Amino acid sequence: MTAKTLFQKLWERHEVVPETADTPAVLYIDLHLTHEVTSPQAFSVLRERGLKVRRPDRTLVTMDHSTPTDTAQIFGGVPIALESAANQIRQLEVNCREFGLDLIGLKDARRGIVHIIGPELGATQPGKTIVCGDSHTSTHGAFGALAFGIGTTEVGYVLATQCLLQRRPRTLAIEVAGRLGPGVAAKDLVLAIIGRIGVNGGTGHALEYRGPAIEALSMDERMTICNMSIEAGARAGMVAPDETTFAYLKGRPLAPQGDAWERAVADWRTLPSDAGALYDKTVQLDAGAVEPMITYGTNPGMVAPITGCVPERPGDAVFARALAYMGLEPGQPLRDRPVQVVFIGSCTNARISDLELAAKVFRGRKVAPGVRALVVPGSQQVKREAEALGLAQVFIDAGAEWRESGCSMCLGMNGDTVDAGNYCVSTSNRNFEGRQGAGARTLLASPATAAAAAVLGRVADPREFIH
Amino acid sequence: MDPIKVIRSRTVVMPSTNIDTDQIIPARFLTTTTREGLGAALFADLRNGADGKPRADFVLNRAESHGCTILVAGRNIGCGSSREHAPWALLDYGFRAVVSTEIADIFRSNSLKNGLLPVVVDEATHEWLLAHPGAEIEIDLGECSLRLPDGRVVDFPIEAFARYCLLNGVDELGYLLNQSDAIEAYEARRT
Repeated sequence: MTAKTLFQKLWERHEVVPETADTPAVLYIDLHLTHEVTSPQAFSVLRERGLKVRRPDRTLVTMDHSTPTDTAQIFGGVPIALESAANQIRQLEVNCREFGLDLIGLKDARRGIVHIIGPELGATQPGKTIVCGDSHTSTHGAFGALAFGIGTTEVGYVLATQCLLQRRPRTLAIEVAGRLGPGVAAKDLVLAIIGRIGVNGGTGHALEYRGPAIEALSMDERMTICNMSIEAGARAGMVAPDETTFAYLKGRPLAPQGDAWERAVADWRTLPSDAGALYDKTVQLDAGAVEPMITYGTNPGMVAPITGCVPERPGDAVFARALAYMGLEPGQPLRDRPVQVVFIGSCTNARISDLELAAKVFRGRKVAPGVRALVVPGSQQVKREAEALGLAQVFIDAGAEWRESGCSMCLGMNGDTVDAGNYCVSTSNRNFEGRQGAGARTLLASPATAAAAAVLGRVADPREFIH
Repeated sequence: MDPIKVIRSRTVVMPSTNIDTDQIIPARFLTTTTREGLGAALFADLRNGADGKPRADFVLNRAESHGCTILVAGRNIGCGSSREHAPWALLDYGFRAVVSTEIADIFRSNSLKNGLLPVVVDEATHEWLLAHPGAEIEIDLGECSLRLPDGRVVDFPIEAFARYCLLNGVDELGYLLNQSDAIEAYEARRT
């Protein structure tokens, strides 16, 4: 029998109709995550064509992108400040009622960023195909699932048929040897990977992260890595399921229970790539050589070790334009730049271990004068957990804002934005022009680096705090 | 969707690499629940200054860009967010095709589903196009070819099924709905 990769196994399990030269594969989708921003037009199509949602039981719906993070607007009866966002939220409620879908609504204790709650509830499992109208759906690949972002038209296809038409991508193995050093986070590793292969290095490919450094990571860390696969151009990124995966899932509300659990685990153990399986491409990295990373430009591939400088690329007009937007000069050190805003949150870095990492830096310290620090937990469950562990109090005592969960300042759809010209050290995933607000200047980094910037008021090496 | 066969137009050139979907349409315009009218938000932060007035130096604000339906962009256009609002905004503004050496996966898929033709060309053709903004070119989907003003014709690749759908103005949802027997059989097999 031919040795197969994890991706091949996942793909073949879900072929309803295999692809031909003339037609793409009909691929079955096990779990469809849906949110308020990329679904309204899809529901409209269903309505126009008189279609039903084929599998409400395979559809998990919540709201996260345009929702407020202000407690009073969610629980205190204060109207949602942004009228268009309030309308979008109401529309999702209407659509769920009309199409018979359970909704994890605004006040629901299970609510949160869709890519945080899928795993948290145990809906995300090895072996599944998972899609969502959001490019960071790659996050769920951390469990050994084939998970990728789709557009709204495809959201409609999945609602109506539970299937997609897909061409098989090529495979790219990212093999990471060694171990991450102290004060170096999963975020630093994935930024280093993107810096290495480029923002289009994964285009047309499904990534598989593998090797000792990946195996040593927690599920939260694996999610951070897989989350940013799309920032290297890859729709999907995955990690083979192992004991770490099973231990994370066991007992979660939507995970299999009892005998079904045992059967599921036995099946999941067959998923990892076979010895000798071939990938279309392989890239190798040494985790031990990775330092805390920070971006300096306007895409996540414009990244360097925090101890380094802004690179010099004479004659590159696009590069020069990016630096002009960022207000940076070639050759400048990355450290010590004053910052005005720090954002700790997003589907990349708002799980409990991310908050623990940030709290290590904040504990007993204060947010520097003139800095606004916003800590937005990834879900209401993360929020409760952080409060129970005393982390929330650490942030509040430090002078940071402690909010309700949501996508928030990652993309500033809900009004949580960075002012033009301000620098924001952010644990999110995109430093695109205007991403956090028109004219905002985003510096992507790990939660430890973001927290260090908050307490010092400037870009700093988190190893000053974490040894 | 109307069938697409030939697109003929002068080009608008945006040579930047990695034009992401946040630039094509910033997130603050995504609280809409319809797909209409998004052309007004196309490249909003590049088109307009902080004062809300059009920036004279932005290519779409120049007189010669008006009426052009082909956008030639630097490598890797459409990277980032999966927002289908990006092709909706381009189409609503009037664009019918996007030409580059590389087009990001999700954006390409979204474009095909809405009748915005993603055309991937070789480096040499791309360089010529970047160097000749406003050139009158013809994209023939039936022939999978792009004709330059000097008569040179270059082929471009496009996924066979998507091409069939675009040429015939059919949408994929009908095709998928017709697979219901196979889908039911698959579901029965899996459970």
